[in-house]
Amino acid sequence: MSALSLFRAEDGEFSPPSIFEFYPEIVAFAGTPFAINRIMMIRLIVMVLLIVIFWLWTAKFNKAVKTGNVVPGRFQLLGELALNFVRKSIAHDQLGEKDGERFLPLLTTIFFMVFGMNITGVIPFANIAGTSVIGIPLVLAGVAYVTFIYAGTRKHGLRFFKNSLFPSGVPKPFYILVTPIELLSTFILRPVTLALRLLMNMIAGHLLLVLCFSATQFFFFQAGGLMSLFGVGTLLFGFAFTLFEILVSVLQAYVFTLLTTVYIQLALADEH
Amino acid sequence: MDAVNIAELTGNIAVVGYGLAAIGPGIGVGLVVSKTIESIARQPELAGRLQVTMWLGIAFTEALALIGLATPFIFV
Repeated sequence: MSALSLFRAEDGEFSPPSIFEFYPEIVAFAGTPFAINRIMMIRLIVMVLLIVIFWLWTAKFNKAVKTGNVVPGRFQLLGELALNFVRKSIAHDQLGEKDGERFLPLLTTIFFMVFGMNITGVIPFANIAGTSVIGIPLVLAGVAYVTFIYAGTRKHGLRFFKNSLFPSGVPKPFYILVTPIELLSTFILRPVTLALRLLMNMIAGHLLLVLCFSATQFFFFQAGGLMSLFGVGTLLFGFAFTLFEILVSVLQAYVFTLLTTVYIQLALADEH
Repeated sequence: MDAVNIAELTGNIAVVGYGLAAIGPGIGVGLVVSKTIESIARQPELAGRLQVTMWLGIAFTEALALIGLATPFIFV
């Protein structure tokens, strides 16, 4: 902020983005627990879009199976690639065919939900990710948490907790050290980092984009003169970061799904 | 700005704190990626599996930086 305050003497103030970006004004149902602001509205729109897209994909797949038409169209091919990516390179690779199929619906949901909510961060007129407020990351992390504990207790019963808190192959006295660490890392830090990783990536990404573009606006229209040259730089940076944000939104969806899968896999693994 | 006091800094010390917090994960992510590149150069046929492990390693390491980013909201 201090570097930018150099330009403050010029007419017009530069206002850097703040955390209040994520608390837009409420547009409907103010005062009730169902108050809707811009982010909530984006989430609802994304949810509807996801349902429609999946419905269309399923219709296409069913039709292709029924008519025996093996050549997919562009839209169907995209669906096959995306769904196969989660199925083959996440679920089957990490969990194996049998368990992979068991948890596939959940993993697919997580992947596409995270991706859909992330990508609104770079879509014009939406411009904020549905995951940039704690709600959705928290819910998804909670689902992942419940799922891996369910997977573990279903397979090993209460021995799951014993195995994860008292790993075998450790000399008895070391459990004083190991058990608290395992408790912290497995049952507390896992869901916390799942939620925080997604949330903070989206917050940081959004703040960076806002910084770049509001600086561009400031340099072009308020600072004027030679300062416009800086504006060209910030505009290019903003463009590069937009591309980077697209990469990040895919990557975060992938990482979230992959980590959920790995946690399930660790819970299912037999003790050694 | 004062003409005398040209080296004055204003702002929040938490920014410096976050800068410090980002050093470790930065080095960590660098190490993870460099070792993965080395391993892929040695055994290109394992590239797929190594990349999956690399993303996991990055995710865990990067979490530290992101926790650093989250702390001011909680503790300040």
